[in-house]
Amino acid sequence: MAQHQVNYASSGGLPIALTTVDKLVNWGRSNSLWPLTYGLACCAIEMMASGASRFDFDRMGVIFRASPRQADVMILAGTLTKKHAEFARRLYDQMAEPKWVISMGSCANTGGMFNTYSIVQGVDRIVPVDIYLPGCAPRPETLQYAMMMLQKKINRESANMKKNKKQRFV
Amino acid sequence: MRKYTPKGSVQKRAAYTNRFKVVPSVPRKEVVDDASKRVLDRIESSGIGILDAYIEIDQLVIEIDSRDNYETLRILKEECCYRMCSELSAIDYLHDRGEFEIFYQMLNLDEARRVRVATTVKKGEAIESIVPLFAMANFAEREMYDMFGIPVNGHPYLKRLLMPEDWQGHPLLKSYPLQGDEFAAWYEIDKIFGKEYREVVGPEIRDPARIDRGDTRRYSRVGHEVPFGADPADEESLTPIEYSENFMVNYNKSSKMLDKRK
Repeated sequence: MAQHQVNYASSGGLPIALTTVDKLVNWGRSNSLWPLTYGLACCAIEMMASGASRFDFDRMGVIFRASPRQADVMILAGTLTKKHAEFARRLYDQMAEPKWVISMGSCANTGGMFNTYSIVQGVDRIVPVDIYLPGCAPRPETLQYAMMMLQKKINRESANMKKNKKQRFV
Repeated sequence: MRKYTPKGSVQKRAAYTNRFKVVPSVPRKEVVDDASKRVLDRIESSGIGILDAYIEIDQLVIEIDSRDNYETLRILKEECCYRMCSELSAIDYLHDRGEFEIFYQMLNLDEARRVRVATTVKKGEAIESIVPLFAMANFAEREMYDMFGIPVNGHPYLKRLLMPEDWQGHPLLKSYPLQGDEFAAWYEIDKIFGKEYREVVGPEIRDPARIDRGDTRRYSRVGHEVPFGADPADEESLTPIEYSENFMVNYNKSSKMLDKRK
């Protein structure tokens, strides 16, 4: 039987990586965040630009999916009207756990300049929001930064979603 | 202290009135040109009573009874070459005059002339649809119904255009509050979660610049005095803000003062 030639103690350690399940699962989750292809207003134009070649969301593993069943992140990009709120919530409900929400732009955060009867005054009335992204409209770099912040947030979380104390009211 | 006045019945209250505002009015001139007179003669010869006719900003305005609107527009379209209706809507004069004004903006493409046909309806009165004459009136009349609540007789598909079908109230009325009544304020909560969730979600925050210093989870920590999630009322969790030494330094006290060189 041949002698094992590798001296692990001197050549960079054992070929074993020790980690926790949390870190491993979160590593996978945070590096393949698939947002829903879902735009509401002008912020969606910036969201489209983020996905296209100049800013290139794909290099971060962020690939837009056309079905809520395959999506992990919902980017609420733009003004949410009260007429449409029902459908936004339905799309959120159709997404599989674990799921996260980014509220993109002033209108989605607080209603923005639309201080009127027909606009939802902040999408956190409808869905639990993880990242609030300011701007009118935020540049694609800002959306990418928000996605990186979300990755950081996911890496802090427990892999068991039940342990994460989120403000989920439904 | 100021006297308390109940503000509950905002729907029934009159719109805001400014005592010192003088509404600018456009001068109305008499109809003198032949082309406009020909149009008026044409309408009058078919037995339609013209209540008033004048020129306003070089444009003929014809005021008619609301029951004659279809016939007037038919004559304008078929006999006077006004083949296009470019706009149709209503104006809320309920507070001043107790009625709506409905106007039809007509365009003659052959002679590049315009005519406005104006009529008035009382609240709750219906008006005849002009969809058989102009297809554009389909959406315009639906919007008028949606925004003002003016019913339209003979419309092929009279349904709300912009607001949801189960919406209450007509938002373009002057008496409608800009930020919505109670129905509007809770519409999305009632629809999605049910009325019992009103207490969970809470009322709308209408001040977009509001920062809740006590909320250290959802808002950025103002000044970073309090760590994430800590209660700012808890004195022990507070950390003092350290300001820069050269912040707000009065540099005018140095030896090179301008007034000394005068």
